[in-house]
Amino acid sequence: MADLLDRLGGDVTFPRLLVRNARSMGDRVALREKEFGVWQSFTWSAYHDRVRDFSLGLVALGLTRGDKVAIIGDNRPEWVMGEIAAQAVGAASVGIYQDSNLTEVAYVIDHCDASVVIAEDQEQVDKILDMLEKLPKVRHVVYTDPRGLRKYHHPALLPFEAVEQKGRALAKERPSLWEENVAKGSADDVAIICYTSGTTGNPKGATLTFRNLLSMALALDDVDEKRRDDEFVSFLPLAWIGEQMMSLSSALAKGFTVNFPEEPDTVTENIREIGPNVMFAPPRVWESLTSTVQVKIMDTSPFKRFLYERCMPIGEKVADLRFAKKPLPLGLRVLYWAAYVLLFRALKDRLGMTNLRTASTGGAALGPDVFRFFHAMGVPLKQIYGQTEIAGISCIHRDDDIAFHTVGKPIPGTDVRISPDGEILSRSASVFLGYYKNDEATRGTLRDGWLHSGDAGYLDEKSGHLVVIDRLKDVMKLADGTKFSPQFIENRLKFSPYVKEAVVVGHDRPYLTGMLCIDMGVVGKWAEKNRLSYTTYTDLSAKGEVYDLVQREVDKVNETLPAAARIRKFVLLYKELDADDEELTRTRKVRRVFVEDRYKDVIAALYGDVPEVRIDTTIRFQDGKTSHIRTTLLVRRLEQGRAA
Amino acid sequence: MSLLEANGIILSFRGVAALSDVSFSVDEGTIHAIVGPNGAGKTSLLNCVSGVYRPQRGTIHFAGRDLTHVPPAARTALGIARTFQNIALFRGMTVLDNLLIGRHVHQKTGVLAGALYLGPGKREEIAHREIVEDVIDFLEIQHIRKKVVGTLAYGLQKRVELARALALEPKLLLLDEPMAGMNAEEKEDMARFIVEIHEERGTAIVMIEHDMGVVMELSNRITVLNFGEKIAEGTPDEVKRNRDVQDAYLGEQHDLAADG
Repeated sequence: MADLLDRLGGDVTFPRLLVRNARSMGDRVALREKEFGVWQSFTWSAYHDRVRDFSLGLVALGLTRGDKVAIIGDNRPEWVMGEIAAQAVGAASVGIYQDSNLTEVAYVIDHCDASVVIAEDQEQVDKILDMLEKLPKVRHVVYTDPRGLRKYHHPALLPFEAVEQKGRALAKERPSLWEENVAKGSADDVAIICYTSGTTGNPKGATLTFRNLLSMALALDDVDEKRRDDEFVSFLPLAWIGEQMMSLSSALAKGFTVNFPEEPDTVTENIREIGPNVMFAPPRVWESLTSTVQVKIMDTSPFKRFLYERCMPIGEKVADLRFAKKPLPLGLRVLYWAAYVLLFRALKDRLGMTNLRTASTGGAALGPDVFRFFHAMGVPLKQIYGQTEIAGISCIHRDDDIAFHTVGKPIPGTDVRISPDGEILSRSASVFLGYYKNDEATRGTLRDGWLHSGDAGYLDEKSGHLVVIDRLKDVMKLADGTKFSPQFIENRLKFSPYVKEAVVVGHDRPYLTGMLCIDMGVVGKWAEKNRLSYTTYTDLSAKGEVYDLVQREVDKVNETLPAAARIRKFVLLYKELDADDEELTRTRKVRRVFVEDRYKDVIAALYGDVPEVRIDTTIRFQDGKTSHIRTTLLVRRLEQGRAA
Repeated sequence: MSLLEANGIILSFRGVAALSDVSFSVDEGTIHAIVGPNGAGKTSLLNCVSGVYRPQRGTIHFAGRDLTHVPPAARTALGIARTFQNIALFRGMTVLDNLLIGRHVHQKTGVLAGALYLGPGKREEIAHREIVEDVIDFLEIQHIRKKVVGTLAYGLQKRVELARALALEPKLLLLDEPMAGMNAEEKEDMARFIVEIHEERGTAIVMIEHDMGVVMELSNRITVLNFGEKIAEGTPDEVKRNRDVQDAYLGEQHDLAADG
């Protein structure tokens, strides 16, 4: 297959694409950020000029080829500018999740050998300065928001503008330096080191080249087109490969506009203002949109609720027929048109999805109900599958070929096969170079050019779609040998709006049990409606009425499971699983081994013959503070008649 | 020179003395706390400064100007803004509108120009909005900009009230129990905002507060009132060591120095 990069002119890098875009469409808007209540625009040429200045400033600070620059902060123009500026010098950019705690931040900065750190604000600067003694390789900490930092006088600390000024000064001395630097780069240079939040152990840094990232963006574009006029809202961590793919590789290759929200709290509102044409988000975003709508419908006027309850089934019927690739009867078309006018059009507008042409979800499985919900209102949501190590994506649904139990077909230029053990293997121009300073892990993942995903799956013979079952190591067996996938069951449980998190236990045990976390927002609303008073999350979780509510949901899931692999007992945990307590990864996947160890008393009670278990524990907050919890958890046993 | 100087303030209500001969002064760029037990006259003193009460005797000077006969609204225009113990906002209006109303005293163009939204009227409106947006950004309330105040949580309403006071671009900010009724996290946020207002904007702040931890941590100077009389004044350390304060304010056995 021909080299995809030829379409962009062969040997290209992000800085080179930025220069190209500034030349060919300098006046078009490249970035937009909402600040002081107004959307402020940066054209491609303004974007280019700021990156040039900052990049030369980094040279003035002593950054050279092969160095690393770590970036931590919310999504802002300075984040992406900092990345491209570093790459123009020949340094790799390393994104850090902005909600990481001190130790996580320090680990990544130190492991990647970063000499410069770009930190957004006081919060992030504090994290780094607190750990600076343990970070001997860091020479400069550049901040973008001076708020609250006026009284900081650390020699390593300097503002973003000061670096830009140094760059402008250097440009006067050596006017051709920027062009020379950009020219030195090659598509096979390391562009980013993307640390993946592994479910076990320390994060691993996947090194990806410009070729990896851009091949991916172009191959995806062939089956999921982005246009130059498109609007995109960047609100997921830029440290995540998915956001890198959209806000950098795809935006630079295709030239669409990337919008940065005002604050994390204003994302929904900002999405509505922009009305993006393209959206990419992990399942939790789609799930939370769905449950927000459902909660608001519970709250709305009876007339609107009536409309919702009448129109939604029509939309779902249409969606199901489309999924099954069956023709729509004329009567249904008319009904759908009416439902669209009465409900879906307004609903899409509220969600900011009126202009949405293509939407995708990736990172984990998304429930059929959520899928159906968006398709019902005419939002073309597609599932994406891939790993950071393959620059994000290997498979995606095609527009007219969506089946929610699959992840679609491989994108052009990607080969997918299943190993004899049932593991999903993939190969493309986007497969990474290896893990940074971790050859052992690289050897385990990358063999003969095939990326070993660690996922169990199969290719559906009829449709050619890839079906992902679970992590290979997470497919478990009950004591009697019955195979089950806890994640599969957990996802089914989480499709209920009342259940926020679920952990299913049962490996080498006689039967399955579950530890569930309620969704405070939805269950709280339900409690209010049913005149059930409560104080805290812990209190609400312990209510018998809430147990009854959740039990009905568990029963529903049990009905769809084989008799041997049904949940026999469950508890509602006294707190939500939290990444700060290391129970979830930063991308909100359950760290099973850790959780099973932490809640071993609860699990013992689930397999014992006790009606309740006493809890006496400490929880830790992001800022290091702790709080003490003492409570009693009920164990709910599901009746044999219904459960078995 | 002091920014605010109050001399020999005497205030009584039908013969009940609320303040008897209280003098105090606030320097530019300081955080000045007024503390004392309930009914000590703290809010009365603040009301004298903002002009709600007219003291029977004594003078108040602000930036070298005699305020004794200046009505409250004019004091606001001179650069004194305040927040109230019980939130005083327009509950049915949005956060943004509440803040813009705060800008009213600085309105220069007339009603007609404003209504037509042309030329100077429009320019002024935009300038006011810029100042308000700056305050919104400063106090991190972007997400509630267009929310109706009455629907907001109590802690957020307190923050909006502070924002409204800041929108006046005051030289002196009077805060009456800014942290009353807040939870630990909201208090921490509020304390951070007070420090930042002081550091970033250089605004002098007079604050009544019951949370001693906050007072000791934030303020440069403290005035202690008891039964309408000033019993001590000084830096937090000086006040902590003062016997009278320990006896009067915290009960005779309480040893504040050991506590702090």
